[in-house]
Amino acid sequence: MEKDIKDKKELKVAALRNGTVIDHIPSDKLFKVISILKLSNCKCQMTFGFNLESHKLGKKGIIKVADKFLKQDEVNKVAVLAPNAKINIIKDYEVAEKKTLELPDEINGSIKCINPKCITNNEPMQSKFVTIDKEKGLFKCYYCERVVKSEDLIIE
Amino acid sequence: MSVKSLVSISDYSKEKILQILEKASAFEKNPNQKILDGKVVATLFFEPSTRTRLSFETAVNRLGGRVIGFADASTTSGTKGETLKDTIKMVSNYVDLIVMRNPIEGAARYASEVASVPVVNAGDGANQHPTQTMLDLYSIQKTQGKLDNLKICMVGDLKYGRTVHSLLMAMSHFNPTFSFIAPDELKMPDEYKMFCKKNGIRYEEHSELSENNIADADILYMTRVQKERFTDLFEYEKVKNIYILKNSLLEHTKANMKILHPLPRVNEIEQEVDENEKAYYFEQARNGVFARQAVICDLLGL
Repeated sequence: MEKDIKDKKELKVAALRNGTVIDHIPSDKLFKVISILKLSNCKCQMTFGFNLESHKLGKKGIIKVADKFLKQDEVNKVAVLAPNAKINIIKDYEVAEKKTLELPDEINGSIKCINPKCITNNEPMQSKFVTIDKEKGLFKCYYCERVVKSEDLIIE
Repeated sequence: MSVKSLVSISDYSKEKILQILEKASAFEKNPNQKILDGKVVATLFFEPSTRTRLSFETAVNRLGGRVIGFADASTTSGTKGETLKDTIKMVSNYVDLIVMRNPIEGAARYASEVASVPVVNAGDGANQHPTQTMLDLYSIQKTQGKLDNLKICMVGDLKYGRTVHSLLMAMSHFNPTFSFIAPDELKMPDEYKMFCKKNGIRYEEHSELSENNIADADILYMTRVQKERFTDLFEYEKVKNIYILKNSLLEHTKANMKILHPLPRVNEIEQEVDENEKAYYFEQARNGVFARQAVICDLLGL
């Protein structure tokens, strides 16, 4: 009960009329999430919270994007970095939809292969990763076949 | 791309592997045929190789096809900054099939996406070299009369050796038992041990090449322990002589046991072993021609 009130308080800090809220991002993943969603190219108004206190995570990050509604394939990219993040679509100050995160089967672009000898780091081309274990968060470079854990992924 | 290519051994199902081996055996009986008459194959070697390039070119020549290509990337437009994509697109216009070796990992997969003709991966860095695996399988089948229920002993550099990784994956279809013999620094990676566990494949691990550890092997697959792989040279000095195969180690091995090695060999197999009837590595290299004839004809639908 007390937690509920606390959450609501936090939401009021920068209440969003319409848009997307990505909450419960581990703090160390915040900037990577911003990067994987390519938010720096977005013209929308945005609020980022960094190192906010969280019961669950200790420190958490939050992203609020006004007038942008994340689509499922974008939501899935967040799952790569922060599988326990909560994504809500806000319409007229109310939660209109709670998105469920699921790791995508394939990720095109956004991730740089850690292998310097990989073709994707040597040709002007897009990277491609295939999810090989959704539970353990294991990804395989489609080209050089190097297997990478989610925490070791390099987000461009 | 709907064009078929062979990039990784996992592109082949068990059925396909058996089908190619059968084809290879037919080529061994009759290696000189005119089935590639009028066809041109490109061998693009961006990195030096002796055995692989010569055996691919022999395979094509014996089947009446012709070969163009290069054995050294320094003579190509790559040195002027041409991308691999452009080189492959252009060569695609000239030939019926491309054989490529490239030190860049994943280069073959990418080439297979941009090429309009089949691509055979003849080695992409430390990643894949599927025709090596096919000739290894062919050699195993030929010497043992079967692929099923064999004990395969892998020795040496099991961490970086792409041939042992691909062989492990390919043999997993045939209920093998593995024995991994490697120094601590070069042990079989967890990823492959997990793969074995997941597929119910038995394996044991040893850190010494001893008479005891190879006594029940059907195949002894030797690889080179390379000095440059060690971060600690003291560690290398400790193990370098343990991984040398001598006749004295072979006395109590099984009668059907054969020694394979992807070659080049440096000093990990003593010269005296060459005369031992269990040595099979030179015949193994000869089998490469038949395995490659089979792969090429399969990709061209012949």
